[in-house]
Amino acid sequence: MRLQATTSQTVGPFFKIGLRWLDRDSLAAEGVAGERVTIQGRVLEGDGSPVPDAVLEIWQANSHGKYAHPEDTQDKPLDLGFTGFGRVPTDKDGAFRFATVKPGPVPGPTGKDQAPHLVISIFMRGLLKRLTTRMYFPNDPRNASDPILEIVDPAWRSTLIASAAGGAGQLEWNVILQGSHETVFFDLGL
Amino acid sequence: MKPLAGYRAPYPGTQPNHLHPPYGPSLKRAPTQPLVQIPYTLSEITGPSFGSELVSTSAHDLTRQHHGEPLGERIVVSGRVLDENSRPLPNTLIEIWQANAAGRYQHEVDQHDAPLDPNFTGCGRVITDAEGRYRFVTIRPGEYPWRNHYNAWRPAHIHFSLFGPAFATRLVTQMFFPGDPLLPFDPIFNCIADEKARNRLISVFDWETTMPLHALGYRFDIVLRGREETPMEE
Repeated sequence: MRLQATTSQTVGPFFKIGLRWLDRDSLAAEGVAGERVTIQGRVLEGDGSPVPDAVLEIWQANSHGKYAHPEDTQDKPLDLGFTGFGRVPTDKDGAFRFATVKPGPVPGPTGKDQAPHLVISIFMRGLLKRLTTRMYFPNDPRNASDPILEIVDPAWRSTLIASAAGGAGQLEWNVILQGSHETVFFDLGL
Repeated sequence: MKPLAGYRAPYPGTQPNHLHPPYGPSLKRAPTQPLVQIPYTLSEITGPSFGSELVSTSAHDLTRQHHGEPLGERIVVSGRVLDENSRPLPNTLIEIWQANAAGRYQHEVDQHDAPLDPNFTGCGRVITDAEGRYRFVTIRPGEYPWRNHYNAWRPAHIHFSLFGPAFATRLVTQMFFPGDPLLPFDPIFNCIADEKARNRLISVFDWETTMPLHALGYRFDIVLRGREETPMEE
């Protein structure tokens, strides 16, 4: 029998009560292989107002390009101590920050590799369902042939790519909800 | 490589749009550009999993997290988590949060002048069993006012967060109570056109899970998105 998926509803302003126990701003324990990166940014409304009540969830492959999930049958190593999941709320300035390792490439829809990326869900008061987007890494030559970036209008593509922010491994990536710098969000059904 | 089976598109009218003007804060936060359609890849059909070692065996009982008993009417909320193909979803994490019996959240942003309850935090979590079943014990949350429009009140509700097997199946929703007179006035509950889908957000009274002399039972089944048929290999 076919069922219909339950309707999505907003997380509202008080999600911290239920979700903070699983906050994870450090995705890769010491000893996990890969290039260490720290990503910081802000979630902003179209007029630049900070969004102090958002929560981001991150999902990524390990540095070998392997997801810790049974659907990933690639012959690549898993890393003990790396699940690939992160959850970070924004603070009063709309800012978030998390540390991880740069993922390796994973196959795209036709089997050709995608450029390294994080997939991200964003929940907040005001949104009856989540936003989904991706963050790619700056100066990675594989971005030029990424099968998902290729679908995105070139004028908006840069909203999906982090920028270098000073020190080694320091990246900045902002989520802008509306306006001329609006982040590209994807339609995944929900 | 064989093509990946993606996840079913939602049935029309059963999922909200980001922009829903009766819900005020969507105006400044909903995207204004069309969402970009992308094919499913390994990144979206995989997702985090959480082992039972992460969730204590008492985390399902919100009435026993403090020294004393919380005020209010004890209830049991239970049900099953299935996918759109009617398959039960075992070992999936459910997180809930809610107001106390007076309609106040244990949260610094909540300025409603109803009393806090020192014996009630209002959060719980559980991992579904092998048949996709879950069960919480809690107290019935109170209705509360909010500032969305003149004399706006939220119907009593419990927030639910579920992961399912993939990034694509992540769901946050709210469970309501049967017969709540505030439901017709709530722009969040009324965010979709399909009345039957809306009504599936309302739990049903359940005599079978009602605990004699202790707590009323409510049943709330949750459906996460299901995979398209896997393309057959020739």
